[in-house]
Amino acid sequence: MKIHEYQAKQILARYGVAIPRGEVIESPDEVRGVVHRLGGGTVVIKAQIHAGGRGQAGGVKRARGPDEAEAVARQILGMKLVTHQTGPQGRTVRRVLVEEALDVARELYLGLVIDRSSGRPVFMASTEGGVEIEEVAARHPERILKEFIDPAVGFQAFQARKLAFGLQLDPRQVSEAAKLFQALYRAFEATDASLAEINPLVVTPDGRLLALDAKMNFDDNALFRHPDIRDLRDTNEEDPLEVRATNYGLNYIRLDGNVGCMVNGAGLAMATMDIIQYAGGRPANFLDVGGGASEEQVRHGFEIILSDPNVRAVLINIFGGIMRCDIVANGVVAAAKSLGIQIPVVVRLEGTNVELGQQILRESGLNFTVASGMKEAAEKVVAMAR
Amino acid sequence: MAILVDENSRLLVQGLTGREGGFHAEQCLAYGTKVVAGVTPGKGGTIWESKDGNYEVPVFNTVVKAVEATGANVSMIFVPPAFAADAIMEAADAGLPLIVCITEGIPTLDMVRVKQYLAGRPRTRLIGPNCPGVISPGKCKVGIMPGRIHERGHVGVISRSGTLTYEAVAQLTALGIGQSTCVGIGGDPIVGTTFVDVLRLMNDDVETHGIVLIGEIGGTAEEEAAEFIKAHVRKPVVGFIAGRTAPPGRRMGHAGAIISGGKGTAADKIAALEAAGIQIAASPALIGETMARTLAASRQPSVATRG
Repeated sequence: MKIHEYQAKQILARYGVAIPRGEVIESPDEVRGVVHRLGGGTVVIKAQIHAGGRGQAGGVKRARGPDEAEAVARQILGMKLVTHQTGPQGRTVRRVLVEEALDVARELYLGLVIDRSSGRPVFMASTEGGVEIEEVAARHPERILKEFIDPAVGFQAFQARKLAFGLQLDPRQVSEAAKLFQALYRAFEATDASLAEINPLVVTPDGRLLALDAKMNFDDNALFRHPDIRDLRDTNEEDPLEVRATNYGLNYIRLDGNVGCMVNGAGLAMATMDIIQYAGGRPANFLDVGGGASEEQVRHGFEIILSDPNVRAVLINIFGGIMRCDIVANGVVAAAKSLGIQIPVVVRLEGTNVELGQQILRESGLNFTVASGMKEAAEKVVAMAR
Repeated sequence: MAILVDENSRLLVQGLTGREGGFHAEQCLAYGTKVVAGVTPGKGGTIWESKDGNYEVPVFNTVVKAVEATGANVSMIFVPPAFAADAIMEAADAGLPLIVCITEGIPTLDMVRVKQYLAGRPRTRLIGPNCPGVISPGKCKVGIMPGRIHERGHVGVISRSGTLTYEAVAQLTALGIGQSTCVGIGGDPIVGTTFVDVLRLMNDDVETHGIVLIGEIGGTAEEEAAEFIKAHVRKPVVGFIAGRTAPPGRRMGHAGAIISGGKGTAADKIAALEAAGIQIAASPALIGETMARTLAASRQPSVATRG
């Protein structure tokens, strides 16, 4: 799960990371009060959306004094921000963060993720702050310092000092930096984050260290033990169909093709998207209806797929496994009948009682095409979507 | 031979008295697996009876008591995600050499701690979590896969997926290619046993003559497998990678299936596997056929020395 920059900063501040003074507003009328409380000088106004690249897209601007701040806030609030991470449709800015502008002597990078190969958290730091870390990793991998963390004892002070000295911080700043790094790790661990990133961490000319930008993502599997973080979810930032699917307990991701697909199991669902493309078509979505593919889940799956106006045909690919195909087929028929489905549906079932399942589909009186095997199913559905 | 599980496996089920645990224990019993014990804290001393009334299994409060009483040597875990990490550690503490965790949805940081805990117990191997389990066809099934699609034979199957593995196995069986052992290593970012670990076992197994490796987007496990195969494996290997059409930055169902920071794409993985001399099935419908062709080619002496 993703959250906004201002929310990430509030969490980090709670654990002891210094952040610039600032406030979040939803209306330009509120900006003068904020500027006043920040001392009346220069502020930075930052669009709050769940995507990177806001600065280049015009979503982050400096403003001198209350008049300019109000003009900038009016401009940014409500704008559609298109960045390399939003897709061409962009995102509407509903909130801005108004912060004191800081003088910056250095920009550094800090990031925490789980390293999958070693199965441990890894703390990364770089002198190349303020740019995307992927670019640094590609061009200057030696400029990324890494400390792997032993989960039994956590991130140790010596590791924090190693990173601080490695970033060539002034020796007088090292102990403050080490404290900030440890605070970042505590926030990461305590919230079951999957990513905690400060980019840039700035050093001011008077030697202070502050998180100028912050990003946190959380492990969906751990949200059950963090109701406070679950409450930070902003469904305005998600595709409405994906939000509906989550409410049904379905794994759905919208894509830009016209062949809808409904599959049991994530790996088979990905492979089904792939084979649709291999057959010359384009998948409209990823949808895993779960191992059992119950009638209720299939009905919800249909509802979601058919809400996408691009969908011209649907492929249902169910590998029955231990589930019997006749039960799956009855579920598919009942769901299709209750929804009055008009567009062509190709069904491929595999498993026990497959013949009986196919017979149920054929005799349903509905617009089903029965296929045996993934290849035949993909070719048929792609032809029908044309 | 086969690997990991066989006729000598004595299965203990953690969560036997739950709905999923009971259902799949019955399926394993029907397949011929010796299910010797169940563990449900608070239900120790009772007898679990299968729904069809054909089987009875004693239930214990702790794993260690169950092992002492029954000589169980494999555990299959169906405990809910919030308690699964604890269940894995309990099984490891009892000294079980093999733990198969089916549970999906365990928090990643829990698995970080489990991995650390297991590092101090080198005799215990964890398969999963979030996996279909392990089957040595005709001998033993420890997991949720449909037994009937498998056939005893000489091709090993390793996969991060569930139903996609069944798809591949069904294709192999339909072509008359039986399987030595099929291992689902799981779809989570942190799993107990990696592709490389299973490849090492299959490479040393005289009964396994060829290997099917089914990967997917996310992480670098396939790249590491490719390096290992290039350096050590002299058996024919066929690969398939799911997620060529997956968009970056989105989790495709499995917690571990995500392209992040431009890393973990299907194209990268396919390139790494091809560079290691592995035959790639271009379509998921061609996994069986590609294996059949590769096995046939490897029987010709000039190709058998492929290195």
